[in-house]
Amino acid sequence: MTTTTHTHTAALALGDDALVLSHRLGEWMGHAPVLEEEVALGNIALDLLGQARILLSMAGDEDELAYLREERAFRNLQLVEQPGGDFAHTIARQLYFSTYQHLLYARLASVEGPFAGLAAKAVKEVAYHRDHAEQWTLRLGDGTEESHERMQRACTALWRFTGEMFAPLDGLDLDLSELESVWLESVRSVLERAGLAVPEGSRTGAWRAGAGRQGLHTESFGRMLAEMQHLHRSHPGASW
Amino acid sequence: MSAVGSADTADVGEDEPTARFEALVGAGEAVEPRDWMPDGYRRMVLRQLAQHAHSEIIGMQPEGAWLTRAPSLHRKSVLIAKVQDEAGHGLYLYSAAETLGVDRADLLDALHQGRQRASATFDHPALTWADTGTIAWLTDGAAVINQAPLCRTSYGPYARAMRRVCQEEAFHVRQGYDLMRALCEGTPAQKAMAQDAVDRWWLPAVALMFGPPDTEAGGADARTAAVGAAVSRRAMAWGIKRHTNDELRARFVDSCVPQAERLGLTLPDPAIRWNEESGHYDFTPVDWDVYRRALGEDTHWARQRVAHRRAAHEDGAWVREAAAAYAARTRDGDGAADQDAGAHGHDRTEVRA
Repeated sequence: MTTTTHTHTAALALGDDALVLSHRLGEWMGHAPVLEEEVALGNIALDLLGQARILLSMAGDEDELAYLREERAFRNLQLVEQPGGDFAHTIARQLYFSTYQHLLYARLASVEGPFAGLAAKAVKEVAYHRDHAEQWTLRLGDGTEESHERMQRACTALWRFTGEMFAPLDGLDLDLSELESVWLESVRSVLERAGLAVPEGSRTGAWRAGAGRQGLHTESFGRMLAEMQHLHRSHPGASW
Repeated sequence: MSAVGSADTADVGEDEPTARFEALVGAGEAVEPRDWMPDGYRRMVLRQLAQHAHSEIIGMQPEGAWLTRAPSLHRKSVLIAKVQDEAGHGLYLYSAAETLGVDRADLLDALHQGRQRASATFDHPALTWADTGTIAWLTDGAAVINQAPLCRTSYGPYARAMRRVCQEEAFHVRQGYDLMRALCEGTPAQKAMAQDAVDRWWLPAVALMFGPPDTEAGGADARTAAVGAAVSRRAMAWGIKRHTNDELRARFVDSCVPQAERLGLTLPDPAIRWNEESGHYDFTPVDWDVYRRALGEDTHWARQRVAHRRAAHEDGAWVREAAAAYAARTRDGDGAADQDAGAHGHDRTEVRA
C-alpha cells in the first residue's frame, strides 16, 4: 500500500511537470520565430503531453486530474510553469528541464520499477528535446550581441528555479544529489560552449526548494490553469 | 490546348519550346524545375503554390487559438498534432515554390505586406471549441476535395508535395468528424455548440475554399462567370487544375450532406435537396457579392490574421539573425545549425551582404 501511494506521488509530480510544460510550449504555436520551430516546439509539446497522459493515468483519471484540480493540488516544478517570455526564456527553460528529464529517465529506464516502461520510451524523445535546447543555446549564446544578452538574461532569471528538481520525491528511488551534480556539470558545459556565464546565486525557487512539489506555485500559474480548465469546467460531466 | 498555344506564340521566338512544353503536358508528363515553361505557366503555378502555402500558415491561427483551452487531453494532443502538421505542409509547399526560383523569405514578405493572400476562409473567427471540429471536418474536407486532383497536377514538385499533404489532411478530416460526433452524441449544450459552428462555417467552406464560380449556375453574373471559366480553362489546359471550381464545389456538397445527416446536424442552406436528374444535391448558388466582400482586404479578421503573423515574424527577427550569425561562424562545423538557420540560410545572407 505504501509503495502504491509513493508511486502515485511521483507519477503525479512527473506527470504535472510534463503537462504544464507542454501547455506552455503549446502557447508558442503560431508565434514561433521560424516555421521550423512551429514544428519543433509543437513536436516537443506533443511528446510531453503523451508522457503526461501516461503518468497521470498511473495516478488516476487523466482528465479529472488535469482539469478539475485547483492550483494548490498541482505538484509540478515552478520552473515549468514560468510564462514563456521571449524565445530565449523558452530555450533556457528547455535546457534546464530537458537535461534533468533526460538524466532522470535514463536512470529510471535502467532499473526495475513502476516507471521503467514509460522512461524507456520517453528517454528517446527527451534526448531529442535536450539536443534541440542545446543547439539553440549555442546559437543564441554565440549568435549576435542581442541574442547573447537575451540568452544570458534568461539563463540567469530561471536559475533560481533549478534547485527544486533535485528535492527528494516520494516514489523515486534515486540518488538525486548524484543526479544534481551530473546536471550541473552538463549545463555548465553547454553554457560555457555558448560563451555564456554560468549563473550564480540561489537555486531555491520562489518560495523555497521543492515548493512546487508541495503545491506552492507562482502567481501566473493560476491564470494558466484558468485558461486550460475553463471549457472543461463549463460542461460538468460532459465527454469530449 | 490550341487556345493556350495561340496565346503563347505571341512571345516572339518561343514557338518551339512552347510546342515541346505542350507536348510534355499533353502526354501527362510532369514538368520539372529545370524544364522550360511558359512565363504564364510559371506565374500561375507560383501564385497557386504561394497562396496554398500561406493558407496553411494562416490556417494555424483559428485552431491554434483553442490549443490552450482544449477540453480533454486526448483532444488537445490531436489538435497540437494537427496544427503542427499544418506548419509542415506550409514548409513542403514553400519548398515546392522555391523550385520556381523564388525565396521563401520573399514569399512570407509578400504575405506580410498584403501583396499575396491566404484563403479568406481563415478570415473567420473560431468562437467555440466546436469550431475546431468544424474547421477540420468542413474546411479540411473541402481542401481534400480540392487537393486530391492536385496530386496529379502537371508541375512535379507541387504534385509530390500534395501527395504527402493529402494523406495527412484526410486524417484530419476524420478526426474533425470524430470530434463533431462526440459533441453531437453529448449534452444538449454540446450539440447546440456543434450546430452553431456548422451554421457559421458552412458558407466559408462552400464559397471560399473552392474559389469564384466559373458558371452562372455557380452564382456569378455572366461576365464574372466568363472570366472564371477562362481562368479555369487555361489552368486545365496546362494540367495545373483537373476540374473547374464549380465541379469541385458540387462534389463537396455531395459528400457533406450524408455526413451531416449521420451527425444529426442541419446544413444552413434550405435549398439543399437531392436532384434525381443531375445525380447531385442542389444548393443555393454562392452570392458573388458576399464572396467578394469576404475576399476584400478590409475585413477585421483578414487584418488580424496577417497582423498576428507579421508580429510573430518581427518578434522572431533577432532569433533568425542569431541563427544566421552562428551558422556563418560555424559553417564547416555543425550541419544541423546550418540547416535550421531556415529562412535566412547563410548563402542568401551572403548574397544580400
